[in-house]
Amino acid sequence: MKNTLKNIFHSPRFVVGFIIFVALLLTMIFYPIFNPGDPLERIGVGTFAKPGTYFSMYDATSAKTETFRLADAEENRINALLTGDARTRMIDWMSRHGDDVAGLDPADTGALMEAWGRYYEDVRLSGMTNADRVYFRRLNNSIVNSATAEELLVMEEDPETGDYAQKGTISLTDYVNTKDVANVKTLPLGTDNFGRDTLRELVSAAGVSLRVGLIAGIVATLIGLSLGLLAGYLGGVADDIIMFITNIFTVIPSFVLLILISYSISQEARGASLVAVVIGFTGWTWTCRSVRSQVISLRNRDHVNLSKLSGHSMVRIVLTDILPYIASYVVMAFILQVSAGILSEAQLSMLGLGPKTTETPTLGLMMNWAMLYSAHTNGSWWAYFPVILTITLISFSLNLMNTGLDQVFNPTLRD
Amino acid sequence: MKGYKKYFGKKILWFVLTLIVAVILNFILPRLMPSDPVASITAKVAEGVTDAAAVQAIYERYAEEFGINKSLFEQFFIFVGNALRGNLGTSFSQYPRTVNNIIATALPWSLALQFPAIIVGWFLGNILGAVAAYVRKGWDKVVLPIAIFINNIPAFGLAVILLVIFAVNLKIAPVSGGYSFDMIPNFSWPFIKSVISHYQLPFWSQVLITIGGQAIGMRSMSIYELNADYVKYSRFLGIKDGKIVGYVFRNAMLPQITGLALSIGTMLSGGLVAEIIFSYPGLGTVLYSAVTSADYPLISATTLIITIMVLLVTLFLDVIYGFIDPRVKAAQFDA
Repeated sequence: MKNTLKNIFHSPRFVVGFIIFVALLLTMIFYPIFNPGDPLERIGVGTFAKPGTYFSMYDATSAKTETFRLADAEENRINALLTGDARTRMIDWMSRHGDDVAGLDPADTGALMEAWGRYYEDVRLSGMTNADRVYFRRLNNSIVNSATAEELLVMEEDPETGDYAQKGTISLTDYVNTKDVANVKTLPLGTDNFGRDTLRELVSAAGVSLRVGLIAGIVATLIGLSLGLLAGYLGGVADDIIMFITNIFTVIPSFVLLILISYSISQEARGASLVAVVIGFTGWTWTCRSVRSQVISLRNRDHVNLSKLSGHSMVRIVLTDILPYIASYVVMAFILQVSAGILSEAQLSMLGLGPKTTETPTLGLMMNWAMLYSAHTNGSWWAYFPVILTITLISFSLNLMNTGLDQVFNPTLRD
Repeated sequence: MKGYKKYFGKKILWFVLTLIVAVILNFILPRLMPSDPVASITAKVAEGVTDAAAVQAIYERYAEEFGINKSLFEQFFIFVGNALRGNLGTSFSQYPRTVNNIIATALPWSLALQFPAIIVGWFLGNILGAVAAYVRKGWDKVVLPIAIFINNIPAFGLAVILLVIFAVNLKIAPVSGGYSFDMIPNFSWPFIKSVISHYQLPFWSQVLITIGGQAIGMRSMSIYELNADYVKYSRFLGIKDGKIVGYVFRNAMLPQITGLALSIGTMLSGGLVAEIIFSYPGLGTVLYSAVTSADYPLISATTLIITIMVLLVTLFLDVIYGFIDPRVKAAQFDA
């Protein structure tokens, strides 16, 4: 046993897969300690807030300010104001206006502003709609304002009289340390379509999906193993009956069966664990077939016959004389079942047949919601890409461990 | 010849038995769902009708038409009888369209997408796998882990990534659908062009998925064969390397051909989710809308088509193997 373990950990593939898997597992265990709370809590009112650090503007107005004179502050401000689209439209305006814009780089803010300041006038050029004219007027106003602005006033409304009283001013050179702001929230992966903290939801979902995979794997392996052992060891009628059932379920595509069974359970009753059991129930046939064929080749070996002659019970023979020989195979099959289970859950959820959405997040459900709210077409990569990456990493690590084990237990595959 | 007769008879018997079980499951499972789709159709049709008796009459007329007022047992035999005559019933959600009509519209899209993609992916994957097995050094250390990683990206994930890169960001392919939404299917040049441009992304995403699996399988198959005793013996005999590679390739191909046939059989269920991502007008999208609208005649029919496809390919493989696999032959003639 000790030697086997040593061998396993000498296989580089297994070790890499194992490290990735353990890293994922540790994240699932320890991340909730740093960021506690309900993963389904809706913290944002809007959908798909960008990843980043958010601090309360209200609290920031009353925080202690420092004055910094930063050379590039004004340029940064204008940079943030001018989107790529606005820049190309400005150049387009100037060239229509008949100005020399050759060699003007839209990314060069200084040169662009200089040319704009020199040429712009509030006229409607030929080929432009009135809306275009208004657009450029607004754009010019905001550029001029941000260049000439001095400070903003912060006003407070008196709840009784309705009068406004000046509460303070914010000048262009005021800076606030985020540590002094009472409410700061860092969302490394932004929020999803429900306004949930995506990272917190993702970590929790990965845990649930892994649990789904484990349950599915355990159910599939238990059914496959026990039926395979029975069929292989008993032979005769028992074998015929079991193989009849197995053959039928091998040929009917398991994903189709999965769709049908999941559909027949109503949405309300579909919890994550039930879905996992259903996945396991549709995926046991390959384990059963391979276990059976291996048991058949084992059952007439000398040591098994000796056990039979010594009058050992069937349970004992199976446990001590047969199981150890197929254990490595069963473990490998189990690992693959776990990975397939996670994928099946994700696919089912994409079809709208996954676990009910109000209880727990799963990777498939997150993916399903991101697609329903078109995260992929509106640029909210944080809502779907981390989910795909997590599924890929989990199944990659499991598959690496499996091929590593395969190389250890199957000498013909060794390089 | 007697041996063959027995063998094929057994295989056909199996086919029929499995088909019966599949039909029963296809019929019963969706109908266990506790919902009343007839009520929702009635609600749609009888909108604005205030007379309760009239609504009741409409409900009963539809219940009669869909046969849901009979016992499940009776419904089953009606379903089987109709299915044998090629009538799969009426859709609930797209009433009054028949299920036959919906499937007949969707199936060609799915087949035209999956079949070429699997063939192309299979060829490219096997060439890559064979090359990887032959070159080994260097390749194996870098390319194989990357290939395994890419192979573990779920099909829908790959579809989404391709969609975002090529349709949303680079804008060189349309985002969704099988053809431009403002067109009516016909045989004009603009329509065909639109179909081809919509075809690219779903096609290549399926090709990539197929390449990954085939290449890895072919590589380990070839390595296994390269280490086999007959190769060593051939080297002893001094047979030229080129000739040995030919033998190795032929032996490694056999399981790959089985794999090709099986993936053609399962191609409809394999592409379901990717079709949904691309809103491709195939079976996947039909199944998705059937699931979301509790349309069980449509669900039954879709899953039945997928199952029958797999059953036919399995039977076909069994028959072919009966002729070409010497082990099967021997087993039949010994008995």
